[in-house]
Amino acid sequence: MLSTIQPPRYLSRFPLRGRTKSRSFHILSSAQPVTKTCFAADQSQILSIRDSLLNRHLSAVELTHSYLDRLKQTEPHINCFLHVSDPDKVLKQAQDIDDKIKRNEEVGPLAGVLVAIKDNICTADMPSTGGSYILEGYRPPFDATAVKRLKDLGAIVVGKTNLDEFGMGSTTEASAFKVTANPWDLSRVPGGSSGGSAASVSARQCVVSLGSDTGGSVRQPASFCGVVGLKPTYGRVSRFGLMAYASSLDVIGCFGSSVADTGILLHAISGHDSLDATSSKREVPDFTSQFTYASSLKSRPLEGLRVGLIRETVDAGVDSGVKSAIEGAAAHLEQLGCVLKEVSLLSFSLGLPAYYILASSESSSNLSRYDGVRYGNQASSDELNALYEESRAKGFGSEVKMRILMGTYALSAGYYDAYYKRAQQCQEILFLSDHSLLRRLWS
Amino acid sequence: MGLPGALPVLNSKVIEFAVKLGLALNCKLSLNSKFDRKQYFYPDLPKGYQISQFDIPIATGGYVDLDLPLEFGGGHRKFGITRVHIEEDAGKLLHSGNGDYSQVDLNRAGVPLLEIVSEPDMRTGIEAAEYAAELQRVVRYLGISNGNMQEGSLRCDVNVSIRPVGQSEFGTKVEIKNLNSFSSINRAIDFEISRQALLHSQGQSDQIVQETRLWEEGAQKTVTMRKKEGLSDYRYFPEPDLPEVILTPEYVDSISNSLPELPEAKRRRYEKMGLSMQDVLFLANDMNVAEYFDATLSSGADIKLAANWIMGDIAAYMKNEKLSINDIKLTPQELAELIASIKSGTISGKIGKEILSELLAKGGTVKGLIEEKDLIQIADPVEIGKMIDKVISENPKQLEQYRGGKTKLQGFFAGQVMKLSKGKANPGLLNKILLEKLNGQS
Repeated sequence: MLSTIQPPRYLSRFPLRGRTKSRSFHILSSAQPVTKTCFAADQSQILSIRDSLLNRHLSAVELTHSYLDRLKQTEPHINCFLHVSDPDKVLKQAQDIDDKIKRNEEVGPLAGVLVAIKDNICTADMPSTGGSYILEGYRPPFDATAVKRLKDLGAIVVGKTNLDEFGMGSTTEASAFKVTANPWDLSRVPGGSSGGSAASVSARQCVVSLGSDTGGSVRQPASFCGVVGLKPTYGRVSRFGLMAYASSLDVIGCFGSSVADTGILLHAISGHDSLDATSSKREVPDFTSQFTYASSLKSRPLEGLRVGLIRETVDAGVDSGVKSAIEGAAAHLEQLGCVLKEVSLLSFSLGLPAYYILASSESSSNLSRYDGVRYGNQASSDELNALYEESRAKGFGSEVKMRILMGTYALSAGYYDAYYKRAQQCQEILFLSDHSLLRRLWS
Repeated sequence: MGLPGALPVLNSKVIEFAVKLGLALNCKLSLNSKFDRKQYFYPDLPKGYQISQFDIPIATGGYVDLDLPLEFGGGHRKFGITRVHIEEDAGKLLHSGNGDYSQVDLNRAGVPLLEIVSEPDMRTGIEAAEYAAELQRVVRYLGISNGNMQEGSLRCDVNVSIRPVGQSEFGTKVEIKNLNSFSSINRAIDFEISRQALLHSQGQSDQIVQETRLWEEGAQKTVTMRKKEGLSDYRYFPEPDLPEVILTPEYVDSISNSLPELPEAKRRRYEKMGLSMQDVLFLANDMNVAEYFDATLSSGADIKLAANWIMGDIAAYMKNEKLSINDIKLTPQELAELIASIKSGTISGKIGKEILSELLAKGGTVKGLIEEKDLIQIADPVEIGKMIDKVISENPKQLEQYRGGKTKLQGFFAGQVMKLSKGKANPGLLNKILLEKLNGQS
């Protein structure tokens, strides 16, 4: 998530790590290593867990203990969580899974998998604050559809993770409650806005986690924390239960320590939801069945795949560290057999300003409901407008306020055509140019 | 409630109702329409915005035809409809008696509504009230609402302006709220017109400002509620949580084909049948009554007689017992039978009225009741003659008095004969023969 106010203070030179296969947590050397049993780095932890549980090599309780212990030890240093589930409840869920397995009963494909949920995604049995004072202590009466689907498949929710308030920010520093540290270097940020979700997977406090992405808030912290982050196509996953930031851009995304885990998680939460009118009715293919482990791939597995490298993303003005990261990734793709072609997306520069207009405008509207009247923190006042003003002034952080102001201005009388409508037209232009670029690459 | 993470979902019924209404009001339907957010802060608006339709409503450019009731001068009117659009309801505010606090009832928040905006075509309070009554009729005919203003199923705000004769530009308009019945619409508008006219005549027309006024039923006047400083900025933008509404011609056609005969068509058809305007307006007002009337006719009844029975005795019964026409036990077929029986002379009109009340309350068949109670009219002159003779012979004193000049006693004799015949004697024949006998002609 791109921020306008806070320049990334800690990110002067971020070393390129590429695709790390080792798992060295030197910073947290005093922490216990995760149970050694089964996790080869290029496989799926989720599948390994399932395998171990069903073959009785490991019990869900043992697994849960090892994660909870790790969480307990690492949390004081990294502060990923705004709320951690009651350990007894979590262990009870694990025990239930073990009992079912003992009785040879079926358990869901995510049974025993500990998952962390970003705090702007509603969970009925735990507070959901959106990282904001205005929702301090708020407990939703329903689970988000994505959460419900995970629970139905047997996943165990271990807690709610820290975020930039309402998803607005790119360092997780805009949380009203605490600052999350990057597990790789405690003096650095984990990225944002889903910093807590990314860091908790990175620190192995949980197996996988859910975040949200409106302008990069899953992809960017995944990169910062060295985990896999996936932003699905808009409409692939139901937004019901995700506290809306920008309705036409928001998605719930997935974090995992491997591509397979992230993919399995995505598959679990994907699909049409009648509670979300913008969720796609297109069938969800079982892409997990097409996963091929790296170890079993031939030497140039992506032979013939054409990839366009957008010139404007490595142009003058782009940080040299970022440039080399991109060029390194391009080189890697070529090693894997891709044909890389430099292409130009002339409308590229429209993206950021259009994004800001659309996101601020929609968020200014979506945040109108936070007035302290029906739920959340209410300022005491004798008069209606004062109640609104006080509750919102005290409840919202400065980043949120700025975006609300910007968005309100952009939508105000006389400006809709010049800003919001224009921004939508830019979005359309970008879509069409991107599409025609891809068509040219394919032909 | 506007909870975090909650999303709106479109209720498909409102689309069906909107299309029905748009067609019934002779509008042009937008095959592609969309929703917009209308943004403002108010305690009865949980999300801080209302989902509505701003620039592309589902229907535009229609009209209603209606006939003004005779007691208000009668006449045909045609009023334009600017648009019909879909929007969601807000909650309801209940203010405490002393104004210390207000309560918000959110039960109806989010329920879909249809808003109908008329062209500024009405010129008097009664025209506006009749327009509203016609809309109520239409929505009831369509089965999309019960149209009850007291329940809030039909709500109405009006805008009133006046201008000097000859001026084409409209004057400053004033909005009036809190109109809970057709008569309040009528009276509020007439009051407001005279209030504005008075200001004009006093040279104070600049005191007419664009504002919202409340109609006070008790005091029978409008009072300032809040002044509008220019137009509110609702910061409209397209609702991103709801996709566009796309109507296919097939869908529209299927709805069009399912529409019932609407009030205007019914009125014109009844008019063509030769019924008076008064009858037409009564019969076409309530769809159920019209259906009943039509069913009675299709069972063969005479048009005017059927109308009279329904508008007279049957309507009176319904009013007394507080029943709707669907609750009465008399079926249209039996009403037709009753009318035919009287017309053919099988029973007398008087008997007809008597058995009507039984039929209304308990049902049954005309033929059955006639048989059961032996009600067939006596129309045989010989038989009537015999009864008259009997009565005359039993009342010699009155006969003498009659022949002595008290001709009013004919009624007495007639009554006695009726009693003897258990009401079955044909009155016309009775009186004819009675007169002859009393005058010594037979």
